[in-house]
Amino acid sequence: MTVAAAVGFVESVRRGGIGVSLGSSRLFAEALAEIDLGNPDEVYWTARAVLLHRPEDIEVFNGLFAAYWCGVDSGLARRPPQESLPVVLALDDPEQIPTDGPDEDGNADDDSITVRYSTTETLARKDFADCSDEELAESRRLMEEILFMGPCRRSRRRVHSRRARGALDIRRTVRQALRSGGEPAEIARAVPGNQPRRLVLLLDVSGSMEPYARALIGFVHASVASRARVEAFALGTRLTRLTRELSQRDPDRALRAAALAVKDWSGGTRLGDGLGRFNDEWGCRGMARGATVVILSDGWDRGEPQEMEIQMQRLARVAHRVVWVNPLKASPGYAPLARAMAAALPFVDDFVEGHCLDSLRELAKLVLGGPDGR
Amino acid sequence: MAESHDPRSVSSVAQVSDALRGNRYLPDDGLATAVYLALRLRRPLLLEGEPGVGKTEVARVLADWIGGPLLRIQCYEGIDVGQAVYEWDYARQLLYLRTAEATGAAGISESEALADELYDERFLVRRPLLEAIAHDSGPPPVLLIDEVDRADDEFEAFLLEVLADYSITIPEIGTFSAVDPPVVIVTSNRTRDVHDALKRRCLYHWVSHPEVAREVEIIKLHAPSVSERLAAQVAAAAAAVRQVGLYKPPGVSETIDWARALDLLGADELAVEQVEATFPTLLKYREDLERVQDHGLEALLAAARD
Repeated sequence: MTVAAAVGFVESVRRGGIGVSLGSSRLFAEALAEIDLGNPDEVYWTARAVLLHRPEDIEVFNGLFAAYWCGVDSGLARRPPQESLPVVLALDDPEQIPTDGPDEDGNADDDSITVRYSTTETLARKDFADCSDEELAESRRLMEEILFMGPCRRSRRRVHSRRARGALDIRRTVRQALRSGGEPAEIARAVPGNQPRRLVLLLDVSGSMEPYARALIGFVHASVASRARVEAFALGTRLTRLTRELSQRDPDRALRAAALAVKDWSGGTRLGDGLGRFNDEWGCRGMARGATVVILSDGWDRGEPQEMEIQMQRLARVAHRVVWVNPLKASPGYAPLARAMAAALPFVDDFVEGHCLDSLRELAKLVLGGPDGR
Repeated sequence: MAESHDPRSVSSVAQVSDALRGNRYLPDDGLATAVYLALRLRRPLLLEGEPGVGKTEVARVLADWIGGPLLRIQCYEGIDVGQAVYEWDYARQLLYLRTAEATGAAGISESEALADELYDERFLVRRPLLEAIAHDSGPPPVLLIDEVDRADDEFEAFLLEVLADYSITIPEIGTFSAVDPPVVIVTSNRTRDVHDALKRRCLYHWVSHPEVAREVEIIKLHAPSVSERLAAQVAAAAAAVRQVGLYKPPGVSETIDWARALDLLGADELAVEQVEATFPTLLKYREDLERVQDHGLEALLAAARD
């Protein structure tokens, strides 16, 4: 095997959608010089150790490896490269959700510039489900201005205290003593600092939530992109982590990437199962521990309510606070009759509406401060 | 530690595999290759995987084999330079100041000179990271950075800087550069994604639960009194239990504990009564125990006995 072959493989891995930095490809060449190239196992494991960085990519990687070195096309080598068209996302037509790649030539008519007119006032309380595409785009822009972050908690990291409180900061005391010729005249003190809690957003993307999900995804994006310690997931028939996709600043690109990643937009809901997967793979392992978890869902679920109950209980046990945002709550005469919703409620700390901009602003206030100042 | 080995002189993956086996760790091909490359290319190795699959153990075993010290940093949120890299011994510094004052040592009025004396290496407390970099004799140390996903971004960025050129700068003293870079093992339970830049710096291996045959070997290695028959059944049952969809699927260490517990009760094969009595060594949640019961314990055990 030659260097050219190795370079070719790196190239095919990149085309397969797994990012490989220049440094890694150089390292790959170095690594190949160290191993027995006649042993396919060794070549495989070397390629994996150097080029692969996430277990999610293993399957695709295996397909690419087999295709390149063994000439087997398992059909796994998919994931076309994403072209960067500044297309305004049109989530309203499920058929158009691009799951199959480059032939999706953009919705030319939606590509036009969104007209902005000063409807800020009327938009504030307008139900997302009644908004036109333009109004939604405007709403999404306004969402970016909402400061949505977790409340602060005590951190282990100490900060200097100006007042005479807190534990002795001997490091600073000695420094100050030097200034006064070695006499520790002033005693410096330090108190625990503050750190925002992690915020985890779980957005229901099932069919019944569709009119709201297309608005709320903008809200989720604004939160993820603007600060660290925010994680986002889409809940549908399966669980999709969106943190990476949504962390790019440009909303069009981010929403587009999210739409590509979520394979089950407007499909069915298995809320309980989805929550279960979240708990197993992320939440209970650490992501939800001490975090504020916000579930954005209407509570319609085709799964068993018992499952919902079990999973909500698990979540509530590790999370600092669970907030359920239900856009339907605002409709007159709403009662949480959906079985999953009813099963979940006992484990929810705050049950709020989220059908319009104002309600999202209130949500942000609630999560940041908390009524009881937690 | 009678023996020591130069980790840079390994010449094949098989050699690494044998060395780990010789120190009571049974790696699969993937892990052995990753370790081999980490040693040859002098890169850190990032091990990710479920809790209890033996990520930390790799570092321990490597240190035993190499014969160098094992330097461990347990990460947690808020860990900072003072705990991971170095700290000044303030109490001794203050004492020194007072003594200098009392004896009227020359130059006490010149705070510049005083500062130089105070921030001298003898007042420096080395934490594991500095220890690993400043190590200058004998076999290279193994630096274990455990559960890096628990640390915060700032610490990760700092770590990246150190691992990029194996040197640490202390403003008052100067730069320490590693004569012989330490062998670095970084582990993560994946409660959050480790930063891409750090991943690119490291070689990566996802540690999964071992396949049954290897787990049988592992059990026999760590619990030699367990019969062949029992070990095989325990491994098969553990593999089946992992498929049930538990909150906390048992790791290798739990399987070993379970085999030992069964062995202590004099078991030679899986019998329902003894299994029920010893299950808490394998499953750590009440819900998981119930789940396995609901799933059909007898059928599961019967399958494992075959």
